Amino acid sequence: MQVTVTVNGVEYTGDVDTRLLLVHFLRDQLGLTGTHWGCDTSNCGVCTVWLDGTPVKSCTVLAVMAHGHEVRTVEGLERDGVLDPVQQGFVQCHGLQCGFCTPGMMLTARWLLDHNPDPSAAEIRAAISGQSCRCTGYENIVRAIRWAAEHPAAESTPAEEVAAP
Amino acid sequence: MQVPAHFEYERATSVDHAIVLLSRWGSEARVVAGGHSLIPMMKLRLARPEALIDINDLAELSYVRLAAGELQIGAMTRHAELLASPVVGEHYPIFQDAERVIADPIVRNRGTVGGSLCQADPSEDLSAAFSAVDATAVIQGPDGSRTVPVREFHVGPYETVVGPAELLTEIRVPVRPGGGSAYEKVERRVGDWAVAAAGAALWLDGDTVADVGIGLTAVGAEHFHAPEAEAALRGKAATEENFAEAGRLAAAHCRPHADQRGPVDYKRHLAGELTIRALRRAAARARGQGA
Amino acid sequence: MTERSEVISQHSPPMGFGRMHRKEDARFIRGRGTYVDDVRLPGMLHGAVLRSPFAHARIVSVDTRAADAHPKVKAVLTGQTLAGLNLAWMPTLSYDTQAVLATDKVRFQGQEVAFVVAEDRYAARDALELIDVEYEPLPAVVDARRATEPDAPVIRDDKEGTTDNHIFDWSAGDKARTDAVFADAEVVVEQDVLYPRVHPAPLETCGAVADFDKVTGKLTIWCNTQAPHAHRTVYALVAGLPEHKIRVISPDVGGGFGNKVPIYPGYVCAIVGSIVTGKPVKWLEDRSENLMSTGFARDYHMHGEVAATRDGRIRAVRVKVIADHGAFNGTAQPTKYPAGFFHVFSGSYDLEAAHCEVTGVYTNKAPGGVAYACSFRVTEAAYLIERLVDVLAYELKLDPAELRMRNLLRPEQFPYPSPTGWEYDSGDYPRALRLALDMAGYEKLREEQAAQRERWAAGERSGTLMGIGLSFFTEAVGAGPRKHMDILGLGMADGAELRVHPTGKAVLRISVQSQGQGHETTYAQIVAEELGISPDDIEVVHGDTDQTPFGLGTYGSRSTPVSGAATAVVARKVRERARLVAGAMLEVSPDDLQWEKGRWFVRGDPGSGRTIQEIALAAHGNLELPEGVEGHLDATTVYNPPNLTFPFGAYVCVADVDPGTGQVKVRRFVAVDDCGVRINPMIVEGQVHGGLADGIGMALMQVIAFDEDGNCLGGSFMDYLLPTSVECPSWELGETVTPSPHHPIGAKGVGESATVGSPAAVVNAVLDALKPFGVRHADMPLTPAAVWRAAQGRPLRTDLAIT
Repeated sequence: MQVTVTVNGVEYTGDVDTRLLLVHFLRDQLGLTGTHWGCDTSNCGVCTVWLDGTPVKSCTVLAVMAHGHEVRTVEGLERDGVLDPVQQGFVQCHGLQCGFCTPGMMLTARWLLDHNPDPSAAEIRAAISGQSCRCTGYENIVRAIRWAAEHPAAESTPAEEVAAP
Repeated sequence: MQVPAHFEYERATSVDHAIVLLSRWGSEARVVAGGHSLIPMMKLRLARPEALIDINDLAELSYVRLAAGELQIGAMTRHAELLASPVVGEHYPIFQDAERVIADPIVRNRGTVGGSLCQADPSEDLSAAFSAVDATAVIQGPDGSRTVPVREFHVGPYETVVGPAELLTEIRVPVRPGGGSAYEKVERRVGDWAVAAAGAALWLDGDTVADVGIGLTAVGAEHFHAPEAEAALRGKAATEENFAEAGRLAAAHCRPHADQRGPVDYKRHLAGELTIRALRRAAARARGQGA
Repeated sequence: MTERSEVISQHSPPMGFGRMHRKEDARFIRGRGTYVDDVRLPGMLHGAVLRSPFAHARIVSVDTRAADAHPKVKAVLTGQTLAGLNLAWMPTLSYDTQAVLATDKVRFQGQEVAFVVAEDRYAARDALELIDVEYEPLPAVVDARRATEPDAPVIRDDKEGTTDNHIFDWSAGDKARTDAVFADAEVVVEQDVLYPRVHPAPLETCGAVADFDKVTGKLTIWCNTQAPHAHRTVYALVAGLPEHKIRVISPDVGGGFGNKVPIYPGYVCAIVGSIVTGKPVKWLEDRSENLMSTGFARDYHMHGEVAATRDGRIRAVRVKVIADHGAFNGTAQPTKYPAGFFHVFSGSYDLEAAHCEVTGVYTNKAPGGVAYACSFRVTEAAYLIERLVDVLAYELKLDPAELRMRNLLRPEQFPYPSPTGWEYDSGDYPRALRLALDMAGYEKLREEQAAQRERWAAGERSGTLMGIGLSFFTEAVGAGPRKHMDILGLGMADGAELRVHPTGKAVLRISVQSQGQGHETTYAQIVAEELGISPDDIEVVHGDTDQTPFGLGTYGSRSTPVSGAATAVVARKVRERARLVAGAMLEVSPDDLQWEKGRWFVRGDPGSGRTIQEIALAAHGNLELPEGVEGHLDATTVYNPPNLTFPFGAYVCVADVDPGTGQVKVRRFVAVDDCGVRINPMIVEGQVHGGLADGIGMALMQVIAFDEDGNCLGGSFMDYLLPTSVECPSWELGETVTPSPHHPIGAKGVGESATVGSPAAVVNAVLDALKPFGVRHADMPLTPAAVWRAAQGRPLRTDLAIT
């Protein structure tokens, strides 16, 4: 089946099997490997992307269901070479270790801050409660999101300043 | 990650179109809305429909409104929308209590009220909540529309009265003054299915329970509610003692199974304990005291 | 603890130890990590494993014809296929054998039976359904306590002469002395304590891309292994491929936790698949495969006894353990220690004697046992002793903090020869405990609890009951001295290589492999500390066996103790070489030079000096060097640790239990850790946070249970529950620092400390809350059902099906 999906603002048209999962479409057909997969039962949430502006688990959405819709992945967090405050917050606060849950966490964080710019720690914890992390014990993820809340886009730093030299 | 077997895919453009498609495919087709019950089952190859009818474009089924003295909830309403709805919060906080503990926030963005009811998992929370408030399901088919009380909607585990060429379109809950409602759930961890849960809706006339509904989740209660407990409490005073009796009857009525969530005696205990707690909170809300 | 973050300036990273942002983050926050499933090679095919639905069954026949005929299938392997290549069985890290693909029988649910290679992963999955296997089910053994009963079915009848399910017996300590102390003790307390089977469940599952190039004869295998060199050597021994023609590349790894140490049948099948098809073959397991067939952890059935005086002096501890190793003995630990370092169970206390006996048995479950941050069974040991201490406190009606304080080793006793043969390197235990208690506000908490218990006793039944649980642990990590510690004969010493380029930047090559621990940053910091080259100017290379020296990998918290030491030593060698070059540059004797970070200068004349960058350039230049001094600026070393290191900690957990439902909420968790010198405190704290979450998970919800037919009841994340952000409190961390006297930078390792120490604190807290119900002990996981049942006096057995 032919599908057209707008991913990170770019329209892609491709031929897909009806059973192709959105996460595989993004990773294998579009080469956007920042979105990960980690379970079989829609629990772990490492596959989280935005679908029409809302976080969803892309392992539980068919690519054909995304036809005509918009998807945002971790690759689309950065805008015009500037890292999103959420991305900066994760670096500042050591909000990631192995990095596997990180794309999904950051996308949920971005959505949360867009709707609730000053969330409490409890609200943050509730917002990410559908996504597992095995490394961080969540503490620094919460701090990273608080950091991003306290340093919104106007004060953000260009991407190259948070790059490895 | 596991992946589904092959199937055909159709997108419905309207309710009527969905019904035409369902009539064409018959029992070989399944409707997919949120997909968070069906797609995981298809990935594990426990469900193998030959065709999926995608009804996500049916925006006409996505609404929560107060009309004609009832709360009308379109079947395509996402869990997140029900949770966030002020009109639901005002009249039936039982649904917000329940939604808050259904799956997780990301899944709630996608899963639908109609999808959960039609999946008819014995551990599914909304079934008990809708049973407690004695809601009515509106089902549309090739011959038109019919209504079925939610208390008659479920035939058995994973089975409802919705026929192969029919679509659940709306759930209606009558709104009456003097009411309060609440849902209490025990889970092993946030997002897990209930070990057991109870929902209660009651209407007070002074200190008397004019009417009451008690819903039970995951404990094998037929049609997800406890009729003896309801009958015993109806017309009685809203006291701890009477709530305790209702809890005892609810516990006696249910037929829980042992599994890794708990043994039978524990689940039966919870059915009683959570019924009491739900009644307590529902009564407090009916009196304007509760949160 | 604060919700506000601490801002670290990245513009000037510390010249050595200290907080600094991680260099590796740059790619991860952009979604540009390279995990194994991100690897895509031209012509790559996909593998999938067919697994047994039965826990124990004879294989009658395997018919692959329909799968072979699938248009997208390129190869199908069975046990027969591999038997023809002598690869149907492979050695394990414990000198046992494990089936790669089953031949005669299947011995656990989920065991590998066949392997298909197809054009894409969807076709591979479809093809699995086309393989027809006929099984003859056999009765299964799922209860380790019954595995050696005379009528138990024999699982390993593939091994000549095997007539039962017994694997090994092992003991440590002085039995005679221990028995003597018990015989004349005033108080003896006994308790059965289960550490149930759990699974590390990293978010990235195990997998590999095997690429055999038939022209060059080289096998390149991308694999998310924690021990790339060990894998390479084992493949050479097993597959008959010469070792210099094998390259293992472990790229970014999405969590390891010990799950990614073993070699799994899927990797071997992918290699064979690549050889057979001439194309690269990718195999990534799905989550159910990960949970059902890869390296699980624990499953220790322990019987502990404590001998004490009536006034609370602990005199001796005696333990018997039945260790469930599953169907194949695949645990990874040093050869001489089949029960790992379990004999650290005497814990942090001053005992007269201790003795343990461990019996390993086979059951019809997946192989494994050593994993999930156990530090080689230290988790089991620490949990046992900390539970026993609380049981003793319960019996003697003593405060658990007071009981511990009375019996903790004192600083003047270090280095401490433990009654089971360890030499603990350093520690001030009472100080750490005092700090944890102060941070927790322990006395106030007990007052709050006392008031609550009074109300409960007076009949008030609404509300929760609070519990306070302690855990004081000593770990033994950093394996280890090669004379005593080897895995499959490979001594546990690690190499490190450092080269400074002409322009003064450097590359460090290490043998360990990060799975999130931040080595690209911390190892650069070690070099920075020794040489005064900025961490930003040091490239850390790891994970690729063609580019790095030999070593045994990252697990058991060994990276900092062994490879961290190797890094410090190799940097010091470079510094000494730099001294010689500087002497030549300044035309003085090297003995007249003094070091301050970043440069050598003439003693007494600080104005004269050469920076390390200047020295590097000169070393590559035309400077005349003295006799015997080679040019360039580099060094290599192999570090053979003289001993293990002994991190320790004191934890306090406060929990609120709802007696009406059994639900537990962890209100607070205070963790004081001592891991010696901290290279990057930010990273240390992150490691502790992660381990504390493990404690909540294991104490309250994680278990891989089995029913009597051997069906695995923990095969998905719907059943194997991991803690979320909501169950975890905001962790409150403290620290003490007692350097390791034998480690070059005084560091001890910390990766597993919190996983080791936390479960007991949570369990002790929950059981403390249940004291009004007279509950002395209940086993993990303390799910609501388990808590409620314990309070009723009818505890659940948590590792079997609930009926």
